[in-house]
Amino acid sequence: MPKRTDIEKILIIGSGAIIIGQACEFDYSGTQACKALKEEGYEITLVNSNPATIMTDPDFADRTYIEPITADTVELIIAKERPQALLPTLGGQTALNVSVELAESGVLEKYEVELIGAKLPAIQKAEDRALFKEAMTKIGLAVPHSGIAHSVQEALALVQEIGFPAIIRPAFTLGGTGGGIAYNIEEYEKMVTAGLALSPISELLIEESVIGWKEFELEVMRDGADNVVIICSIENVDAMGVHTGDSITVAPIQTLTDKEYQLMRDSAIKIIREIGVDTGGSNIQFAVDPKTGTQVVIEMNPRVSRSSALASKATGFPIAKIAAKLAVGYNLDEIPNDITAKTPACFEPTIDYVVVKIPRWAFEKFQGTDETLTTQMKSVGEAMAIGRTFKEALQKGLRSLETGWHGLDNHPLDELPLSELPSKLSVPNVKRVFYIKAALARGMSIEEIHTYTHIDPFFLYNMKEIVDFENALSKPDTRQYIDQYLQKSKTNGELTKKLLRQAKQFGFSDRQLGDIYDVSEETIRECRKELGVDATFKTVDTCAAEFEAETPYYYSTCSSEDEVRPSDKAKIMILGGGPNRIGQGIEFDYCCVHAALALKADGYETIMVNSNPETVSTDYDTSDRLYFEPLTCEDVLNIYHKEKPSGVIVQFGGQTPLNLAITLKEAGVPIIGTSPEDIARSEDRRLFKAVLDDIGLMQPPNGTATSSEEAAPIAAALGYPVIVRPSYVLGGRAMQIVYDEELLHEYMHSAVQASPEHPVLIDKYLEEAIEVDVDAISDGNLTVIGGIMEHIEEAGIHSGDSDCVLPPYTLVDEQIENLKTFTYSLAKALRVRGLMNVQYAIKNDEIYVLEVNPRASRTIPFVSKAIGVPLAKLAARVMAGKTLAELEFTNEIEPAYFSVKAPVFPFNRFPGSNTRLGPEMKSTGEVMGIDTDVSRAFAKAQKACGYTLPIGGKVFISVKNKDKRAIIFIAKKLTDMGFELIATHGTAKVLLRNGMESELVFSIGKGRPTIHDYIKNHAVDLIINTPTGDLHRPNELLIREMAIAHDIPIFSTIPGAAAAVNAIDALQRGDITVTPLQDYFQML
Amino acid sequence: MKAILALADGTGFEGEQFGATGETVGEVVFNTSMTGYQEVLTDPSYKGQIVTMTYPLIGNYGCNEADVESIGPQVEGFVVREYSAYHSNWRSKWSLDAYLAEHDIIGIQGIDTRALTRRLRVHGVMNGCLSTEDLNPESLVTKAKAWHGLVGWDLVQRVTCPSSYAWQQPEANNSHAKYRVVALDFGIKYNILRQLTEHGCEVQVVPAKTTAEEILAAEPDGVFLSNGPGDPMPVDYAIQTIRTLIGKKPLFGICLGHQLLGLALGGKTFKLKFGHRGANQPVKHLETDRVEITAQNHGFCVDIDSLPNSVDVTHVNLNDDTLEGIQHREHPIFSVQYHPEASPGPHDASYLFSRFTEMME
Repeated sequence: MPKRTDIEKILIIGSGAIIIGQACEFDYSGTQACKALKEEGYEITLVNSNPATIMTDPDFADRTYIEPITADTVELIIAKERPQALLPTLGGQTALNVSVELAESGVLEKYEVELIGAKLPAIQKAEDRALFKEAMTKIGLAVPHSGIAHSVQEALALVQEIGFPAIIRPAFTLGGTGGGIAYNIEEYEKMVTAGLALSPISELLIEESVIGWKEFELEVMRDGADNVVIICSIENVDAMGVHTGDSITVAPIQTLTDKEYQLMRDSAIKIIREIGVDTGGSNIQFAVDPKTGTQVVIEMNPRVSRSSALASKATGFPIAKIAAKLAVGYNLDEIPNDITAKTPACFEPTIDYVVVKIPRWAFEKFQGTDETLTTQMKSVGEAMAIGRTFKEALQKGLRSLETGWHGLDNHPLDELPLSELPSKLSVPNVKRVFYIKAALARGMSIEEIHTYTHIDPFFLYNMKEIVDFENALSKPDTRQYIDQYLQKSKTNGELTKKLLRQAKQFGFSDRQLGDIYDVSEETIRECRKELGVDATFKTVDTCAAEFEAETPYYYSTCSSEDEVRPSDKAKIMILGGGPNRIGQGIEFDYCCVHAALALKADGYETIMVNSNPETVSTDYDTSDRLYFEPLTCEDVLNIYHKEKPSGVIVQFGGQTPLNLAITLKEAGVPIIGTSPEDIARSEDRRLFKAVLDDIGLMQPPNGTATSSEEAAPIAAALGYPVIVRPSYVLGGRAMQIVYDEELLHEYMHSAVQASPEHPVLIDKYLEEAIEVDVDAISDGNLTVIGGIMEHIEEAGIHSGDSDCVLPPYTLVDEQIENLKTFTYSLAKALRVRGLMNVQYAIKNDEIYVLEVNPRASRTIPFVSKAIGVPLAKLAARVMAGKTLAELEFTNEIEPAYFSVKAPVFPFNRFPGSNTRLGPEMKSTGEVMGIDTDVSRAFAKAQKACGYTLPIGGKVFISVKNKDKRAIIFIAKKLTDMGFELIATHGTAKVLLRNGMESELVFSIGKGRPTIHDYIKNHAVDLIINTPTGDLHRPNELLIREMAIAHDIPIFSTIPGAAAAVNAIDALQRGDITVTPLQDYFQML
Repeated sequence: MKAILALADGTGFEGEQFGATGETVGEVVFNTSMTGYQEVLTDPSYKGQIVTMTYPLIGNYGCNEADVESIGPQVEGFVVREYSAYHSNWRSKWSLDAYLAEHDIIGIQGIDTRALTRRLRVHGVMNGCLSTEDLNPESLVTKAKAWHGLVGWDLVQRVTCPSSYAWQQPEANNSHAKYRVVALDFGIKYNILRQLTEHGCEVQVVPAKTTAEEILAAEPDGVFLSNGPGDPMPVDYAIQTIRTLIGKKPLFGICLGHQLLGLALGGKTFKLKFGHRGANQPVKHLETDRVEITAQNHGFCVDIDSLPNSVDVTHVNLNDDTLEGIQHREHPIFSVQYHPEASPGPHDASYLFSRFTEMME
């Protein structure tokens, strides 16, 4: 069927802030959808609160609303825009849930909006556990024995039948939030209670455990003519029991015969038809009993998902783009396959390589939480690797993670006592693959490892082949050959060549080989080059070479034929950011995408290198050429030598490419933009101090120490509290505020391994200073400020974890002028060419420089959206040689409206971890609120974070003594607005003296009820609790943790509380409106 | 042990042997299915061919007794990127290595199968020689060149059954079979027989040279024309047989059976550059406008423009617009180029078996 002409305007809902289980894959899918539908001539209205997305760039939709993704806000947008259709399946669970809410409440009917892609009954059937089970039974498919519970009582009755271990799956939560495996009744009750609270409809599926069964996924697409195709099959290396987002996965399926695979395919087709997803993609999960082959259906997502993003990158088939086209009426056979250009999209991709996806976790930031991997997803990112063997792909994937491994390494696990291995193998954990390596290296049999891990012996055997080959490489006679070749005579060339070739085909990196032979990575590389053992590049083409590929999407392998034919055009290579992690995520990918788009428009051929399958940068049509490769020196150099670009951009992908900058430059790679040496000057404490002294700027008083003994007098001289951190860190890793000597010693002994090469930096902590972020762009002569962001919280909380406002809302003109002047001189001193971010602290009218990063910062997308100027695009063009004057960006912009950025935290995934905010970044994502009124902008940002500020009710106030004075005004305003106050004894007394009554609660341990009881009873609506910062007072932390667990907004600083109170005032006035970016930009 | 695959164009690929040792010649073709290597190996349509799997890891799930399409492996040689020495599957009985060794099929692994596939795609399928004995590439190229190739060679004679037999299926209950079918065996795949049985047919399999008179004497409800290897042109006796059967019995042809029917009706066949071999070929059913994902294995094709007016085109390949199915305008006769019995491959087109039984009603 041709496309529908009865719709003109389509509303697309994004997925909001990056959170665990819902990351930039939905920007990838949403961006594809926007592009595909715009291309078809539809008018696109988009809503997404996440400013770091490509989809919210004003040119991807006609009307771009950066507003909270909640039903009431989306209703306002619908009322204003009157779209004829809503596409609910591309913005993850968030978009799907909001769409369901709008459909069920009659809003869609009222405004005559049609759900396209999936209709309400289909979504309900797939998402509601009882309906889904019923549907499966109807079509004769088995599901694990299970039942639905709406209360603890029902759940307790169910588990009598189902038995332990039992799986708890809350309905309508994403990434399995609140789910888990209970092995005993105590655990079970706890999980049931938590799960009921988290499910928006208070519904749980209690399921028979199929732990240890093999897990598979199929990505299915259906069109309006009922054609169904399977895009990709995925096998999880980790057996059932570990969330698929936390599993190492492989595409395609490796261990099913065709008979079994076709049975699964038939089931998938039956399922998508029975559920009734009209058009688009779905993800269906199966479990298979390894002993009998019995297949059961686990679940279905009636929308694009993380797995579909992976499947798209793994096959070259753009699921989201095709899904969008199907939603407006096209059939699969009417859409061409972009990659071959000649054949239709109605086929099943076949691949001739192996894809391995490996998750990346961030447990180091959430110490104290249980690190066991379960059915609830905990990873924050993933890397994907492509190879011609599983071994090659696995090792490439492991080095793509950038967690210090160069492949299936030995790691420090060598010293682990053998007796501890069984438990490390049987309890799923983030290092399990390395425990398997350790077990294999010590001779544990595949069968025994399989018994502990339930991992299919096929995968274990492949890992054993890696281990065996490594052993062979280190055998004395082999060593001798290689040593001789390397060191002396260049003899044994053929033998060395053969070994190196096989090592490469097994995925070994030069670094790993260097470690085996006690030589440097460079030595191995030179040796390889001499012997002609080079990486070759193959094409991802959807068809296993049956047709010629039009799209240059490549991966490396060691083979006989290289398919890359470099052009002689002027080209620029952009290094991406690798797997998402806390502190380095979508914001950097956004910058890389912008660089590609801008340079392409300037006539360059753009080459993208990245290993993150969730991103827009790894979409094959973002750049001219895409290399899906690890971001290591070796892999990047391979591509560089092949393509010989005239410039390489390292300052957009976060710390990952920056870390390679010096080595790449030494290898002759032309790094464009700010030089790696100047970047190093900003990072090295000593060199940076010289820069500041030169231009007369101040830093907080500081010192460095290499031991606890050295640290104590330095800290004492600076005066507590001090900020301590290791040198060279990302996202404030292991950075802390230390309040006394005892804590300092504890930090020096446990948190870091200080050494003369890696000293600990100790800074005076500027208490109650205002922190300011400045993003600027410089062409080497002219520096233009992009934006000045005033943090709401005082300095000391990582900038990624702070709320901030652009333009500043309390700074005076003189301060702003000074900040600008300082920034200009810093850019000049560091010879910045491209982007620069500076963090300042203002205390007692003095401006201190906290940090300078001469590279793209996390706030670039936010600032670009706030001022309507694509800073990353401009910076890329500046790096390629344009001046800001040529680019017509010479005037600084101060918008007439306010943009507020607010962070989103993953604490609900990590119970037991420290929820206190500090210099170490813990947020996974951010949202933006825009309004002409700063309080309304703040209210919108809070709402977009999922904290709906109350407009009435009870407020609990408990502040440290220093804040008692400041709280009076806030409390007074709250009572004026009709709130009732709750306070502990001390605070209550202060409030009473100032004429305010409050309901008294006991301090913890002094009697009942305490605030804990109120929180548990949901008898409090807002909490203002400023902690003393004293780690010896765990009660303060507990309040925060409980408030987070019960979704009660909590503010832990006075400025934060003040902003919240003003925002509540704005909400009470009830004049919240929605405005698209395009209209805001008219005001500039 | 070292093994070399040499192509008639002079290209050589050096790899490691698995399965049997020795030397073999054949037409080198590629198959793009990611699963189903045992079905591929045992499909008689691959007679005369050295098959390369484009999926790089082969042998992962071993081999078993059930997933066979004929009495044993039929290919002349087997080429993979990485043979998996470990086989993991609850039904696995032998390693692929042992299976091939047992049936005297030479395997070669460790070569750049994608480079080989690209060569075949660009230059067309070509003759090759695979050896573990003669490791001189030039000599192997000469042997490959010297081989006569598939065109004009009646390969059916190498795979058809020696004498007529009744298909017995242990798990099937044949007592309520409604239709009596004679299947002309040009190299029939077991799954066709299994499918016919499941659709209520009692099947008598007869040698390819069985005459129309002999078939009609058995008074079947319908005649099935099977798949098979190689060029249809030299199988003139079968073309003659089919021509006589037209109008007398319902006919259903698959693959070679379809080509022979096409020739019998007056059409022409030609050799495709590199054929269709895989499990992901999109075929459009023109009657319903629905697309079927199909299993295919053919190097020859009925020329869509050569068809007589007596037939309608029912199915076309969406990748290259070649003919995939025809139906006679007057008589209950139809055929498809692809494999509705799948094995390996998707089951999207299994409705065709019902269509055949409906014709026999």
